[in-house]
Amino acid sequence: MSADATAQESANLRPGRRPAPPMETFKYDNHVVRAFAIATSIWGLVGMSAGLLVACQLFWPQLNLDTPFTTFGRIRPLHTNAVIFAFVGNGMFCGVYYSLQRLCRARMFSDALSWFNFWGWQAIIVSAAITLPLGMTSSKEYAELEWPIDIAIAVVWVAFCINLFGTLWKRREKHMYVAIWFYIATAITVALLHIVNSMEIPVSLFKSYSAYAGVQDALVQWWYGHNAVAFFLTTPYLGMMYYFLPKAAGRPVFSYRLSIIHFWGLIFIYIWAGPHHLLYTALPDWAQSLGMVFSVMLVAPSWGGMLNGLLTLRGAWHKVREEPMLKFMVVAVTAYGMATLEGPTLAIKSVNALSHYTDWGIAHVHTGALGWNGFLTFSMLYWLFPRLYNTRLWSTKLANYHFWIALLGMMFYVVPMYVSGVTAGLMWKEFNADGYLRYTNFLESTIRLIPMYKLRAVGGSLYLVGVVLMIVNLYRTAKAGQFIGDEETQAPSLNPAATKESSKLGHRWLEGVPLTFTVLTVLAVIVGGLIEIVPMFLIKENVPTISSVKPYAPLELLGRDIYIREGCLACHSQMIRPFRSETERYGEYSKAGEFVYDHPFLWGSKRIGPDLHRIGGKYPDAWHYNHMENPRSTSPGSVMPNYSWLLTQKLDTSDIGDRMRALRKVGVPYLDQEIQNAPKSIEIQSKKIMVNLAAGSITNAPPDREIIAVIAYLQRLGTDIKAAPAVAPPIKTAQLNH
Amino acid sequence: MFVVAGLIFVSLTLALAFLAAFIWAVKSGQFEDVYTPSLRMLVEDAPPKPLSRDQTRPHKP
Repeated sequence: MSADATAQESANLRPGRRPAPPMETFKYDNHVVRAFAIATSIWGLVGMSAGLLVACQLFWPQLNLDTPFTTFGRIRPLHTNAVIFAFVGNGMFCGVYYSLQRLCRARMFSDALSWFNFWGWQAIIVSAAITLPLGMTSSKEYAELEWPIDIAIAVVWVAFCINLFGTLWKRREKHMYVAIWFYIATAITVALLHIVNSMEIPVSLFKSYSAYAGVQDALVQWWYGHNAVAFFLTTPYLGMMYYFLPKAAGRPVFSYRLSIIHFWGLIFIYIWAGPHHLLYTALPDWAQSLGMVFSVMLVAPSWGGMLNGLLTLRGAWHKVREEPMLKFMVVAVTAYGMATLEGPTLAIKSVNALSHYTDWGIAHVHTGALGWNGFLTFSMLYWLFPRLYNTRLWSTKLANYHFWIALLGMMFYVVPMYVSGVTAGLMWKEFNADGYLRYTNFLESTIRLIPMYKLRAVGGSLYLVGVVLMIVNLYRTAKAGQFIGDEETQAPSLNPAATKESSKLGHRWLEGVPLTFTVLTVLAVIVGGLIEIVPMFLIKENVPTISSVKPYAPLELLGRDIYIREGCLACHSQMIRPFRSETERYGEYSKAGEFVYDHPFLWGSKRIGPDLHRIGGKYPDAWHYNHMENPRSTSPGSVMPNYSWLLTQKLDTSDIGDRMRALRKVGVPYLDQEIQNAPKSIEIQSKKIMVNLAAGSITNAPPDREIIAVIAYLQRLGTDIKAAPAVAPPIKTAQLNH
Repeated sequence: MFVVAGLIFVSLTLALAFLAAFIWAVKSGQFEDVYTPSLRMLVEDAPPKPLSRDQTRPHKP
């Protein structure tokens, strides 16, 4: 190594200086980066197509195709999971694997782990794409996958963590650039969030119940849900912004000091903001206020980051004109700024009172997903492909077309959703001069929003067209160039003892083992401890605070599981907020004590249809029967899918005992006798419903179909509280602040 | 509520872990130089000479 020798000599000539460390030659792994980049593009196409399908189903219910596998309730989670974990997830790994190697001046710790990470992640995505349409879901938003897949996610994520920390361990650059800090926060926090939120008791291979119930489940879920946004969709992408933006602009980040403050400020505040998803629900008020305050504080570090990104381009704005990659980056960073101003605004209770359950939330998340994550991903891919293939981008013009089409698409998506959100929020709350609800029928708002849904689909289509253009462009770029799989480079060693290439692998691996081992042990201990301890405490916790609230009868439980399977909570909330507009429309507001047996909670987060918490007893059984067969027969103009298969599929009662026993493990007080008599109880309750159906002139219905269980569940919903003694005010007894 | 306490515990543990990382970072001199790292990451790989490891005094912007 002659370069090495000269460097060392020149350093030795200067007195008082340590000799320069020897140069090491190594190779960056571009293979796995390319694999993730391709996966990002393909899953992006799939996830966004699923999104377009569900968007169209909202104004064209026939697109549900009358099969269980293609209905809105099952495809919507597929869309969110595909976009978050498949598109952004692969994009994140792509960006991390590329930039981490270069920032550390080291190849990834282990090629085997890199490929395990890649194929493991793809396998998880494929299993999600299979199980979600089949109705195997835990129902918890962005954590719908069932327990075997949850375990797989944890294993693959740990592999990623080991690879990340291993690479840091053998880095040749002492200073860890700010992007790396964002990656570290992502790796650790996502692992923790995923494990805590996925605590569940399996019934069978593809069915489990959440270990937490009701309010507690809701809190854990949104602690997870919000931090999934924070640490899966935001922090890794901020790290990528801090890497790719200065690289593309060819100038350092505006203020490195600010980027460090941005990082530490963000991660210390983010973790407390989750309860803003539960404002005005049955969650204790102080927890709501805590979430609100921290959410408002978040605007400071977020805007620091956004300004830091945009100001990096000072004096380089002419480059934005020429370089499509920078155009995408500018919009991404701007969208980050908009979303992080809007988020704290929506987290203010009085704003949330209007926006919650409406399309405003949908607009907000799509500013983030389409603008921030989408545009940043496109930006990165346009920058990466020419470098991976040692060529120029095939067509700058096409990339510019993509930019404008995608921007237009985003606008056509977001603006109608704002209009729709505010319209619905106002319509639901409007009273006439006599003090009655102006729009008594929920359908009036549904029908009013349909033009907005159509416009939104136009926006989504444009955005999708842009992605197709990008894939063509990237494909042609790859065709024109020559792929550099292992990019050879040199960097001075940080650790002079381990210079010899031959000894490096074994030696460094050994150095890494104690660390790896410690991490794994700690993780195992935490998981083990949680599994042991959590249910114990939860059982105590689930002592009913409203004496008339009882566990679900076996038939109702089966109906509830069908409700979960069909994803009803994608459109129907079960949480009436304490506003007069809601109590007038739906009935008594929801109390924490009513949900103590709800594993999982089913509060929902969006009202495309009306709230169902007090649906029990509101309509006769026959109404539900007809409504499920064809919602438009009872509710003209409804956009709900037909659930005709509920009328024909036989109700599976074989594992009711297992289900009840699993629930008993997490604190639902089913007696042995109740479990033994479950089949009998199902039979008796079914017969009653059959009689009611006959009274509604439905005489040809067989008694053992799924619809019977669904009706039993719906008619039970929210009725327990009505049996409470009139003396004791339910408001006080429902408080869980003990 | 146990879960609230649990979440606060988990969140605090995480925050303390980050605090420990922050203290480590400050003590080990990660943030002593808050200018050159932003330049160094721009330099393409295998520079002829490391820019700043020997050069403790940062450039003034």
